Amino acid sequence: MNAAKAFFGSTIGQKVVMAVTGLILFGFVLVHMAGNLQVYAGPTKLDEYGELLRKAPALLWGARLVLLGSALAHVWAMLSLTKVNMDARPTGYRVETYKKSDYASRTMRLTGITLGAFIVFHILHLTTGTVHPQFVEGAVHNNFVFGFQAPLVSGFYIVAMLCLGLHLYHGVWSMTQTLGLAHPKYDLLRHAAATAFAAIIVAGNISFPVAVLAGIVKPAAPVIAQATAPADATSVRE
Amino acid sequence: MSSGNGKTLNLTLEVWRQKGPKDPGKFVTYDAHGISTDMSFLEMLDVVNERLNEKGEEPIAFDHDCREGICGMCGLVINGRPHGPRGATTTCQLHMRSFKDGDTITIEPWRATAFPVLRDLVVDRSAFDRIIASGGFISVSTGNAQDANAIPVPKEAAELAMDAAACIGCGACVAACPNASAMLFVAAKVSHLGLLPQGQPERESRVTKMVAKMDAEGFGSCTNHRECEAACPKEIPVQFIARMNRDYLKASIFAGRREARAGDSA
Ligand code: HEM
Ligand code: FES
Repeated sequence: MNAAKAFFGSTIGQKVVMAVTGLILFGFVLVHMAGNLQVYAGPTKLDEYGELLRKAPALLWGARLVLLGSALAHVWAMLSLTKVNMDARPTGYRVETYKKSDYASRTMRLTGITLGAFIVFHILHLTTGTVHPQFVEGAVHNNFVFGFQAPLVSGFYIVAMLCLGLHLYHGVWSMTQTLGLAHPKYDLLRHAAATAFAAIIVAGNISFPVAVLAGIVKPAAPVIAQATAPADATSVRE
Repeated sequence: MSSGNGKTLNLTLEVWRQKGPKDPGKFVTYDAHGISTDMSFLEMLDVVNERLNEKGEEPIAFDHDCREGICGMCGLVINGRPHGPRGATTTCQLHMRSFKDGDTITIEPWRATAFPVLRDLVVDRSAFDRIIASGGFISVSTGNAQDANAIPVPKEAAELAMDAAACIGCGACVAACPNASAMLFVAAKVSHLGLLPQGQPERESRVTKMVAKMDAEGFGSCTNHRECEAACPKEIPVQFIARMNRDYLKASIFAGRREARAGDSA
């Protein structure tokens, strides 16, 4: 018990919390993106996939709980370590010159907070439909298409995904460091893998709003007549 | 000092001046003309201080000792870089040929809560000593020393341990880190003992105690910017930080089991 208290109270222990929860969230983001790629396989595929997920409610809610717990623990560690770091350097330098840190590493908090806001919006948009103008429970494909037909919404998704790319470009590499997964032999691989994962996730996710706006992904056939509605909906909002 | 290519520089210095730990401190501008490119950075400051002395002004206080890049006493943040613009160089080994005529050079002390400024550019780095005292050693029984070759050490481990042991404890890693983290220093010290057979008995307790002391001294946490590695005059790589994280994780997970075992054998 004492050992656990010391571990979670230490900066390294909290960093490990950050890395492990980050890894869980990263795994989710990867699977989530891969699942959504089915939108390119026809208008019925996503609806079927959604149905499949809802068939096992215990599993679904279990996964949601783990994700929520991870997100909260990730943010807790971030807040705690941010406080430690701000206290450690209250007076900065007049001249700041960076050599090895990069834009991604120095904006982790900014991209993280943007992701936090995005996650809330995304759930209200495509999971609960609270902020979606034409949400129909279970009509995953159409919710997806009508949702992205609003340029402002698509724009926010794209910006958030660019933030996710930066966050993972540094985060995945950082995670290997925090968990002690370092060996000179695999050093280049660590950087390459972080870059590749970030690029794949960003490219896949950004392709969705772009494909809808470009008219490549269309609504499912029976409701095609309603396809003009979202344009009205956005003009009302603007 | 004025031999060599004989070029001289006229420089402007922006130097942090602070009378004592409680003084708020401020930047003061000094003219440093006729500085030979063959001088070291500290010799340049010696010249400036001589001129200040002649004018009856208080000289600029800065730390130094060996002036050979081995003791770790010197350390100034020069234009935003600990130990200046060149890699793998201590402040005392930095030469004025690294600067151009007409340059303005901003000189600041290491900035960290754990390294309070004592006066001008001198900071108190005793927090490092306290981290070492908390576990950065091996306990040996007294008696005759063993034959040096009695304990085999793999070549790989010996070389890595030597890389880590190159740390001179100057604190540039802390100064360079945007979080004022001491992870590179502690990782180097933990690793250079942890890699060798003699360091094994205390390997787990060492990393646990040294990390706890590091946190207690008020250093920041590592966000893997790698600025420490870039500033280190001995080019100690951040792989040692990963190594320490691994040791710390192992020590934390298996902490209880170790104690139970010790009890069993009694
Ligand atoms: C989809 C959501 C997210 C994923 C996949 C994710 C992933 C990661 C990963 C893998 C790390 C590396 C851990 C380490 O350094 O050892 C990390 C670090 C970090 N994350 Fe996140 N994160 C997410 C959301 C957030 C949010 C919402 C915030 C803030 C509100 C945040 C802030 C941070 C910060 C400050 C770090 C440490 C930065 C550093 O190591 O330099 N993240 N994240
Ligand atoms: S004075 Fe000894 S290392 Fe610079």
